[in-house]
Amino acid sequence: MHKFLIRSFVSSLVLLFTLTVAAVAKDVKAAFVYIGPTGDHGWTYQHDVGRKAVEAAGFKTTYVEGVPESADAERVLRQLANSGHDIIFTTSFGYMNPTNKVAKEFPNVKFEHATGYKREHPNVATYAARFYEGRTILGTIAGTMTKSNVIGYVASFPIPEVIRGINSFTLAAQKVNPNIKTKIVWAFTWYDPGKEAEAAKALIDQGADVIAQHTDSTAIVQMAEKAGVYAFGQASDMDKFAPKAVLTSVENNWGPYYVDRVKAVANGTWNQKDTWHGIGDGMVVISGLDSQMPSDLQAKVKKLQADLASGKVHSFTGPIYDQKGNLMVAEGKTADDGMLAGMMTYVKGVEGDIPK
Amino acid sequence: MIVDINFVGLIIASIMASAVPLILASCGELITERSGVLNLGVEGMMIIGAISGFALMTVTGSLIIAVFGAMLAGVLISTIFAFLTQTLITNHVATGLALTIFGIGISAMIGKNFVGIPGKEFPVLFEGLKDTIPLLSPILFGHSIVFYFAFALPFITSYFLKKTKIGLIVRAVGDSPESASNQGINVRFVRYACILYGGAMCGLAGAYLSMIYTPQWIENMTGGRGWIALALVVFSTWNPIKILIGAMIFGGLTIIQFHMQAIGVRIPVQFLTALPYIVTIIVLVVISRDSRKIRLSTPSSLGKSFHKDN
Repeated sequence: MHKFLIRSFVSSLVLLFTLTVAAVAKDVKAAFVYIGPTGDHGWTYQHDVGRKAVEAAGFKTTYVEGVPESADAERVLRQLANSGHDIIFTTSFGYMNPTNKVAKEFPNVKFEHATGYKREHPNVATYAARFYEGRTILGTIAGTMTKSNVIGYVASFPIPEVIRGINSFTLAAQKVNPNIKTKIVWAFTWYDPGKEAEAAKALIDQGADVIAQHTDSTAIVQMAEKAGVYAFGQASDMDKFAPKAVLTSVENNWGPYYVDRVKAVANGTWNQKDTWHGIGDGMVVISGLDSQMPSDLQAKVKKLQADLASGKVHSFTGPIYDQKGNLMVAEGKTADDGMLAGMMTYVKGVEGDIPK
Repeated sequence: MIVDINFVGLIIASIMASAVPLILASCGELITERSGVLNLGVEGMMIIGAISGFALMTVTGSLIIAVFGAMLAGVLISTIFAFLTQTLITNHVATGLALTIFGIGISAMIGKNFVGIPGKEFPVLFEGLKDTIPLLSPILFGHSIVFYFAFALPFITSYFLKKTKIGLIVRAVGDSPESASNQGINVRFVRYACILYGGAMCGLAGAYLSMIYTPQWIENMTGGRGWIALALVVFSTWNPIKILIGAMIFGGLTIIQFHMQAIGVRIPVQFLTALPYIVTIIVLVVISRDSRKIRLSTPSSLGKSFHKDN
């Protein structure tokens, strides 16, 4: 309850402030709705980097941070739409229904919803990034660099996005090293440095010498640095937090897409669509590779990156089996987007069950 | 699975490290509450400590300035609470909640420029002895000074309350401010001091998080630990030693459930995640079930404002 109160209080203050600021501008105005604080150095932080790119391209932007995925979201969206914003980006899965509901009331305002699938009105578009492509690269590195053959993976919540990442990572690691085991620990948070560090520590104590993460803070790579094991940065380049541990990072790069879409509104060419961009389109970026990686591995990773970008390699290429040995993707086929979007089973080689 | 004795030592050491902020904040709040003041602003004071410590460390480069600065920041923000509740006689609960909201907001504002900066390494003590004794070495050696202080604090607090004159005065003020006042004790002064002390300990707890445990600043990084610390005070029936037990159980289960997950124990993960909260409460309720003792140890005037003139 208190968190809710705090958030609504803070968000209304921020909203008041931003609306006052926004009222002055003319031209195309873009608004961004964030689930977390811009200071999380993770998910929301990267969206805000994208927003700044829109500003740099000469457009006015506003943002509201810490908006709960509840009726509050509707209220915030309605106010943003009412106050002269032409395009509104809603950057969390839980804004899906509020976005569509408010979009119906404001047919002249464009709505862009991240990571969702509902486009109920012609003014709603959706977009997401193929982070699993980045995880194919991380899996390849992890499978090669591990000596203990135990790879730890700190997961957040059991949703398709996260399961897909675990599968993509494990498939790639198995390909270079059939003996590896992926140990998953669910932290049930996107964002709690203390808890994430504890989860990583548990995995390290149990013999994992490479740690992957699907939570947002830098606590895990710092823990890896302390313990002398390898890790990967999430959402942004985390190398400076753990120069020895971080082998590379998968960065979320929203800026080019945001600039494109805001420009499209300005030119009158905006259309409804579903965008799912990966490494090829630059929405998923692989940071610099650490020099601790042997040069043949670096070359391999660069090639894989190029092949993923060109579409020559797909992260989910058959034959892929689930944990029980049932065929998921046949030999020579690749998983289609529908299957990827709803992926809720582990592939063979992942240990444990998906929490229900 | 082969249970290596050093592995057990490592787990216990991580449990203790995760209990440190809870022990510090709870022991601070305990003194505040023993004087009859209920300060729900623990989370706010902790987060202020966290950003102040991190910011001072980044700007000045001195860990000593940063640690004491964080404590001072805790003192300063609790001064607001003390002024409101003791001088202006506002409601403790409402003021404490406001303090938390204020703390979270202002820390985010100050912290804007400190996001994405790595922290400095905090020196640890006795690192050379780390491999000398099996099991005990990782528990006893190689920790920061704040770690050792935290584990001494419950005993110091217990001794202070039971055996010293000032401790007696604090308890008297908490149990019956009227009588204490009639004895010539300046109730308001004592309560001010206890609130500021609580603020200092919460500030230190926050600094431990942002400087030692996960050396970085991100918004809301205390993640509700202030609320857990508050709950520990109540469920430990205002007994510092039980706070130590409660914090260890809470920290322990948080870490052990991750280990169980990694080993692959087939228990629903949601249940495992809830376990620390459930078990800590059950254990503390069971070990404190003597209702006579609860009555004796609960500060009678807790949360009630004291007007000297009536």
